[in-house]
Amino acid sequence: MSKIYYSLLFCLFIPGMLSAQHKIAGKITDARKRPLPGVNIYIKGTYDGATAGADGSFSFTTTAQGNQVLVASLMGFQTLEQPVTVGGPLHLTLMLKTAVNELKAVTISAGSFEASSDKQHTVLKPLDIVTTAGATADIVQALKTLPGTQQANDREGLFVRGGTGYETQIFIDGLLVRNPFFTSLPDMPGRGRFSPFLFKGTTFSSGGYSAQYGQGLSSALVLESEDLPARSSYSLGASLIGISGGLDELSKDKKGSYGIEADYTNLGPYFDVAKPKQEPSISPEIIGTSANFRRKTSSTGIIKFYGYGNWSKMGFRKSSIEYPGYQEQFDVRNQNIYTNLTYKESLGKGWRVNTGFSFSANRDKIAIDTLQKTPQTSIRSNSNLGQLRLMFSKSLGVLSVLRFGGEYQYATERSRFNSFAANYDDNYAAGFAETDVYFTPRFVGRFGGRTEYSSILDKVNIAPRASLAYKLDDYSQFSLAYGDYYQKPEPQYLRFKRDELGYMKATHYIGSFQRVAGDYTFRVEAFYKKYKDLVKTVPDTSTTGTGYAKGIELFWRDRKTVKNLDYWVSYSYLDTKRNYLYYPFEVQPDFAAKHTASLVMKKYFPKITTNIGLTYSFATGRPYYNPNLPESKFMSEKTIDFNTLGLSASYLTTVGKAFTVFVVSVTNVFDIKQVYGYRYSSDRLRREEIVPNAPRFVFVGMFMNFGIDRRQDVINNL
Amino acid sequence: MKQFTLLFFLAAFAAVGVKAQSPQYQEAMAKQVALLDQGSSYNPQTLLEISNTFERIAATEQSQWLPYYYAAYAQVMSAFMQQDKTRMDELADKAEANATKADELNKNSDEVALIKSLIATVRISVDPPGRGAQYGPESGMQIQKAKQINPENPRVYLLEGQALYYTPEQFGGDKAKAKETLKLSLEKFAAFKPADSIAPHWGEARAKQLLEEAGK
Repeated sequence: MSKIYYSLLFCLFIPGMLSAQHKIAGKITDARKRPLPGVNIYIKGTYDGATAGADGSFSFTTTAQGNQVLVASLMGFQTLEQPVTVGGPLHLTLMLKTAVNELKAVTISAGSFEASSDKQHTVLKPLDIVTTAGATADIVQALKTLPGTQQANDREGLFVRGGTGYETQIFIDGLLVRNPFFTSLPDMPGRGRFSPFLFKGTTFSSGGYSAQYGQGLSSALVLESEDLPARSSYSLGASLIGISGGLDELSKDKKGSYGIEADYTNLGPYFDVAKPKQEPSISPEIIGTSANFRRKTSSTGIIKFYGYGNWSKMGFRKSSIEYPGYQEQFDVRNQNIYTNLTYKESLGKGWRVNTGFSFSANRDKIAIDTLQKTPQTSIRSNSNLGQLRLMFSKSLGVLSVLRFGGEYQYATERSRFNSFAANYDDNYAAGFAETDVYFTPRFVGRFGGRTEYSSILDKVNIAPRASLAYKLDDYSQFSLAYGDYYQKPEPQYLRFKRDELGYMKATHYIGSFQRVAGDYTFRVEAFYKKYKDLVKTVPDTSTTGTGYAKGIELFWRDRKTVKNLDYWVSYSYLDTKRNYLYYPFEVQPDFAAKHTASLVMKKYFPKITTNIGLTYSFATGRPYYNPNLPESKFMSEKTIDFNTLGLSASYLTTVGKAFTVFVVSVTNVFDIKQVYGYRYSSDRLRREEIVPNAPRFVFVGMFMNFGIDRRQDVINNL
Repeated sequence: MKQFTLLFFLAAFAAVGVKAQSPQYQEAMAKQVALLDQGSSYNPQTLLEISNTFERIAATEQSQWLPYYYAAYAQVMSAFMQQDKTRMDELADKAEANATKADELNKNSDEVALIKSLIATVRISVDPPGRGAQYGPESGMQIQKAKQINPENPRVYLLEGQALYYTPEQFGGDKAKAKETLKLSLEKFAAFKPADSIAPHWGEARAKQLLEEAGK
């Protein structure tokens, strides 16, 4: 009996002896004592563990004994490994520290709008940059719906925060683009040369930008070219004004690609039907070609080449304001070449190298004539630019990074005005260094500087730059930025008066708050900019001009509230005065409006696979110079307010095997009158309005693509 | 897309008996895989717990690809059910890390390619206009890769049919072709014998349900 009893007793103990189970329970929180649901907690080397509940509590049993390691892991937090001794029930209070991860870390954002598909918390996506009805696939035109920009549609370039178009520089993969716009005619600004499809990332900085970039007093537009395409494709396009075709071929090993594109545009037939304000003397024609080559040299290295060649001619005739009864004619023929070769590679141990070479050439032949009255004026302008850039970066710890490098540019400017020639060459060299220091993942500072030398000015400048950003929570952050910016005066002044001139200078102070939460973005920014050493032409050419700009800007974007509707609103208040060129004292310049606002909407109708886009922009009147007023009233009169509404519709379908989009797009739908200023005759008796040459433009076209479905790109461009 | 995600996780899968190999591993895996065979598991909380358990098994075993594979699968399914787009990306990141590990341990697997296709689909759902051009081809390419490796895998045709079904016609979708492909998928399911109880075998119920819907 007793034997059996003992056996039974023994049997009863077996499970307990073989697997002495101990309960491990507790609670897990973050550093601020908030519970962390979803944490995976377990004993290392076993399957024993649990997932923390909504209140951060957890409980599990383990058969492990003695000294063990307890692991707690959750996305976005540093994995905790804590030694524990298991000998009985355990009750633990655990805490996880936020992981230092790039996604959640603060980024420098003052002054800049970044569009990137790689990063989550950017204000815009690359496609959004060109998402504007009426932008007609022009990057710069689309950026004019963002705060800080002016609706200066009578002049080429991006006018930012009281700066002129010349004060904005455009960079492709770090290399300066000398002639980013088609050569313009009076009152007809040239559009941007580069297709938005070339770029995967766009950073538009309206101030306070990095020491990596120089020679822009106000703004830098930094474009980052695409890497390899996802697969090979061919495209064809036809519209009322031209045709285009291209191919993009991905190599079999998927490590390289090449592409070529060509387009031909002729506005003649369109202008025969929809007469522009000025009569064409040469029908506008543009032939464009481009080629690219990309090759991955290793898993981290890539070499990229992009080359672009373009030929255009156009001419217009209008009634002369100077000689009543006569006609003035203005013809321009332009050739432009741009090439860009870049290489980037990781060198190991946190080092990276970025290097690039670029050559560009621009030829303008311009003829100006008051027919049968004055002899023809002929202007030739040839400019070449070669540049080299080398930058190293070294990561310091997890997030912090040091960047330094240099660039060298050799520019030749040849220009002829009838028989009078004015030429110059410039050797420009710059060095820069900056470091992003993460004090904590929420708090970052960027400190750097840039020094430049230009042989034509024979002067050296040193420009310090600094920014700080602090993240309040996962979505909101404050930023501050400060920096000095220098720029050479425009070529037309350097050509004649190089000895009297120095660098122009601007100092930026910016404060901003931004909140990017899922599909909502809010941003407010205030700035003050001090100008010094601007070019004066009266009484003598010198760099003694002064000025300032200050203002507040707002941006709101909502992609969620209404299904399939994405809209954004931007507003800029600008108070700026400057004394430059022929100005007698500091006044609001003729390119600056006090209030500017834009509304951009896109709505997709899935049933009819059609996308409708709308863009409305408004700006208050700009000052203009009336020579009949006394000097004390200089620039005191203002034009009417500016209004424009653009609309576009695109229908997506399939024709044969090709994905196809049909597009109708109209700028300034209601043909609202736009006056940018007035031009006076030299006897001050007559004046003419400066108005757009084609106030309303209708575009009808189709795009076909074999291979990658790029229709979304096309819709987003209208 | 909403409809697509909703339907996706409603799938219930046939449970298969357990065959012992390495007792602790087999048992733990079988238990979790059985959970994934139940429709009731398809809610974010349960999927999170299941994926955590697979990650624990993966951390201990290290040389087995299946725990990584299933962790990724549970995370992808959970991602489709999220409202918060940031969360979707986080889960896709996690799933991608696990799929990459599974890939390293079991090179050239049709099943891992299919998971990668699903991860690309999650990425698209976060921002269809912005990411479609990048991840659309990626998603399709992974299905093609799986088909090349194993043309008998029924899940290849399930994902293919599903894509055809939910893509609007103007974008290359085709409801009639979707039905054919789903039927083909069911034929392959009938012939399909998973290597063992814990080998991937999900999708039959989903294919049936989708076909029924397509029949309407």
